[in-house]
Amino acid sequence: MSSYLEISKITKTYATPKGPAVIVKDFDLKIAKGEFVSLIGHSGCGKSTVLSMVAGLNDVTEGGIVLAGKELAGPGPDRGVVFQSPCLLPWLTAFENVMLGVDQAFWTADKAERAAIAEYYLTVVGLGDSMHKRPHELSQGMRQRVGIARAFALSPKMLLLDEPFGMLDSLTRVELHGVLLELWRRNQITALMVTHDVDEAIFLSDRVVCMTDGPAAEVGEIIHVPFPRPRDRKALMEDPEYYRIREQLIDFLEHRAHERPSQAARAHPSALATATA
Amino acid sequence: MSFLEVKSVNKGFGPAHARSEILGNINLSIEEGEFVAIVGYSGTGKTTLMSLLAGLLKPDTGTITLGGEPIGEPGPDRGIVFQNYSLLPWLTVYENIALAVDQVFGDWSAEKRREHVERHIAMVNLTPARNKVPRELSGGMRQRVSVARTLAMNPKILLLDEPLGALDALTRATLQDEIARIWESEKKTVVLITNDPDEGIYLADRIIPLTPGPRATLGPSIPIPLPRPRDRTAINHDPAFKAIRTRVLEFLLGFQEMRKTTLSKNLLLPDLVPEDLTQRGGPGLFTARRRPVRRGELKREEIVIRT
Repeated sequence: MSSYLEISKITKTYATPKGPAVIVKDFDLKIAKGEFVSLIGHSGCGKSTVLSMVAGLNDVTEGGIVLAGKELAGPGPDRGVVFQSPCLLPWLTAFENVMLGVDQAFWTADKAERAAIAEYYLTVVGLGDSMHKRPHELSQGMRQRVGIARAFALSPKMLLLDEPFGMLDSLTRVELHGVLLELWRRNQITALMVTHDVDEAIFLSDRVVCMTDGPAAEVGEIIHVPFPRPRDRKALMEDPEYYRIREQLIDFLEHRAHERPSQAARAHPSALATATA
Repeated sequence: MSFLEVKSVNKGFGPAHARSEILGNINLSIEEGEFVAIVGYSGTGKTTLMSLLAGLLKPDTGTITLGGEPIGEPGPDRGIVFQNYSLLPWLTVYENIALAVDQVFGDWSAEKRREHVERHIAMVNLTPARNKVPRELSGGMRQRVSVARTLAMNPKILLLDEPLGALDALTRATLQDEIARIWESEKKTVVLITNDPDEGIYLADRIIPLTPGPRATLGPSIPIPLPRPRDRTAINHDPAFKAIRTRVLEFLLGFQEMRKTTLSKNLLLPDLVPEDLTQRGGPGLFTARRRPVRRGELKREEIVIRT
């Protein structure tokens, strides 16, 4: 498996009056092209910090991130981000909000073609007849659809999702999972999503990366989700394998999230040394 | 006759020419001590139904009776917990609850009222935070205060309107356990409105889906015969739980087609590659305008045939 995104030993520390606070320590992860990976962990463990570092919105203290063979420095349109709240400009319509980025990324194309790009993605996310409405006329779920269309419209190399469905009710969430997976399938895009919803992580991802509790959070366990795609929610919910994975994840979050695999590994040789002595 | 009886209730809003019918032909009967969950899409009239039960709205047609008496104005016999905790920001946890207790049980002695408040703070595990004001509490703790305040009024029926909707998934699980525990010990009649089918099945004796509006109505009542206390991890494997979950989701997702806007349009996505914005100084006055790069051009292969 060749890796497309390579996060090597990134560490994030903030300077505080009491000395440096280590948020994320030696976070290591490789993602293959076209893979869908979720990051799961308790609130405040540093999941979003990792994502914002990949997005280039937050500086990396130590370590580096390589995307498609190029080291990342700062944000760019090659990484599309979907935030928890879609952050639309309130005075622009859904269409204009999407065009804002399209006009820049496709500046060499003519106006009709640029408009066709925005129209295409807005229709695919289900906003075909309300793309000329302003954000305040749209429901929470519809605004998030605009956010998804905006990210995909730039044909990014990588899609970054920061709890994209966290503020939606579970039925709207189910609908948007469908929208996201359909676009992901069509575009064969590499995706990294932060979530704390166990079912969402399993249904969408190829791999679920569990993060340990902060401070100094790191990768705890990586769980492969072997279900073939396209996935059918109903069939999945009857599969005993689904419940086995679900329990494994919940068990990690409830019982093992506070353990540190790296410290256990470090403690091991010293324990051996005392035993031999 | 059941404890709570809702008979062919209709409710709509707006003047005659631009009227939107929210609820149509709602029938519901709940026995004393029962825990019933109503689950549906957002914006289908769940909260309208709750307001009708609380007496905050009156039905256009039909009747609602509680313990044989028709429901009139809102009163302390029906306790409501809202999604936004509705606490007074300048009062402490203790004072917020005492406000309700003093109002409802004004004839009790001061000592008895104080004891009653303390007992309810302890019930939701907030004794260490009793002197804090709402802004010093997390979302989950605020919702606990709201639950304790409602229970302290000793209502005949507890109406929970998406009480955990604003909380993150992990805090939600803790509070669900707490609600289950309190219900076990108090045995109150509870109506829970939620958009999370799992939450409804985990907590309730019966779950009833609400169809999407306009003219939303209640679907089949699905009994949940799982034994209590329920274990979140164990019920995951219970075939009965899976069957109920599938039935509820299937019923609700069956309306998805109805909700879809149908629009057929010939859409063509231009086959363009985004420009590398780090490489240019911008489409300035003197930069020659380039042609966009098409994906088809990138895929072109050159095959050299040696002769």
